[in-house]
Amino acid sequence: MRSRVQRLGLRSVVLAYLAVILVGPLGIVFYRTFEDGFGPAWDALTTPETIHAFKLTLIITAIAVPVNTVFGIVCGLAIVRRKFPGKGVLNAFIDLPLALSPVVVGLALFLLYGAEGWFGGWLDDHGIQVLFALPSMVIATIFVSLPFVAREVIPTLREIGDEQEQAARTLGASGWQTFWSITLPSIRWAVIYGVILTTARCLGEYGAVAVVSGRLQGQTETATLRVQERWESFDLAGAYAISIALATVAILVLVAMTVIRPREEAH
Amino acid sequence: MSSTAVVEPRRVRASGDRAATALSLGFVTLFLMVMVALPIAALVWEAKSDGAQSFWDAVTSPQALAALKLTLGAAAIVALLNAVLGTMTAWVLVRDDFRGKAAVNAIIDLPFALPTIVAGLTLLALYGPASPVGINVAYTRTAIVLAMMFVTLPFVVRTVQPVLRELDTELEEAAHSLGASQTTTFRRVVFPNLLPGILSGVALAFAKAVGEFGALVIITGNIPYKSEVSSVYIFGRIESGDSAAAAAAAVVLLAISFATLLSIGVLRHFATRHDRA
Repeated sequence: MRSRVQRLGLRSVVLAYLAVILVGPLGIVFYRTFEDGFGPAWDALTTPETIHAFKLTLIITAIAVPVNTVFGIVCGLAIVRRKFPGKGVLNAFIDLPLALSPVVVGLALFLLYGAEGWFGGWLDDHGIQVLFALPSMVIATIFVSLPFVAREVIPTLREIGDEQEQAARTLGASGWQTFWSITLPSIRWAVIYGVILTTARCLGEYGAVAVVSGRLQGQTETATLRVQERWESFDLAGAYAISIALATVAILVLVAMTVIRPREEAH
Repeated sequence: MSSTAVVEPRRVRASGDRAATALSLGFVTLFLMVMVALPIAALVWEAKSDGAQSFWDAVTSPQALAALKLTLGAAAIVALLNAVLGTMTAWVLVRDDFRGKAAVNAIIDLPFALPTIVAGLTLLALYGPASPVGINVAYTRTAIVLAMMFVTLPFVVRTVQPVLRELDTELEEAAHSLGASQTTTFRRVVFPNLLPGILSGVALAFAKAVGEFGALVIITGNIPYKSEVSSVYIFGRIESGDSAAAAAAAVVLLAISFATLLSIGVLRHFATRHDRA
């Protein structure tokens, strides 16, 4: 009897905690957005500047996700399957983007590629615009979403071991063949899971991009920067509409994670 | 078996393996150098370019120091709250059973998936001036803690959950049958097993809270000395063209990130040593 009361009490506290912190705030924004029907929200989403912002976010994501996927797989294989000095340092180093403030990342890139930065002069001489343009925004996004694929791939590679790979090699398969027909298929769910996390992080990046983009409306404004711009211009409906669009993607990500996680853990 | 037929390809393969190792390591190292190490080097360079004295002056300027104290204080509170509430949440998700548990489990990751600027906006919608429940914490320190709690919510839950799932309930049943109360069983049997998971989750949450920017920028109003955290202070310095002060404050955050990662590494080391024993 006492343990049942305790269990219900604990459950209520946890559900209340999640309601207060997560569900409540998101719910109220959903409600406010569609309070006056679907029309106003749609109008706010389809202004030229907002469409441009979403396009820019998609372009950046479309570049950053494949780059980080290739890096994550190669890095995971190097850390788990190869022996080399300094492995511990590398292993710790790839986690740095997770622990570092996005603003610090943005500032570091700003100081590297800016007019007075190390590369600034050279880039300027050759007429290459990195800061306040797409390249720096892509680099910033790659930085903040760097570890996700590697972090998913590493434990899975450790778990599956290398017996099958060695068997394939003994049977005469080349390294490349072994990778494509043995290694990659057995880590595919981990890779997909990592790709989903990376995509979510890329779509949602704000702090680092806010620093390096210069926030030029209609030029270097991503969807998340647009949310703030709308809010600062007292266009709450606009800010809410873009937020809901981004939140819908986030919820799709959660659904995908829930579907994929059991498959990943099965390996 | 002819020995040459076996030895020959193996020798070829060994050199091929070495080439593959060199190639993949070269790629990974070069990528990390250009993408991560070089920008950080530029940041540290900028911070120390005017000498140690001016670095120190920038770090200890009243506004920077107030922001840093506020950031660390709020992050410490948030880390502590996460330790308790995160462990409770993990416990309910593993040991309890109720309808809709799968949905609750999925929703835990929402802060990972939701853009932080959207998180800030949603918190302001419910706990701001237009609050439908009559709670207005906008532009206060409570708002900072609230926003940090939102973005750090999954960390402890997701580090404790797998440990709890693996934990054998037989140990607890044995403790019970030997007359230990529920609290004693938790304290003496369950908690020591969960501790490494809780601590590494707390460390990650602390690092995330210290660096958080997007969720805070809207809801805290960024009033210097009152609700301005370090990341927002740095952003303000960049906007006003004072990159030396921005870099100095950023190096402090960088050092905190390194220290956090180091302590997680040490924790992992001890946790795995415990497994081997």
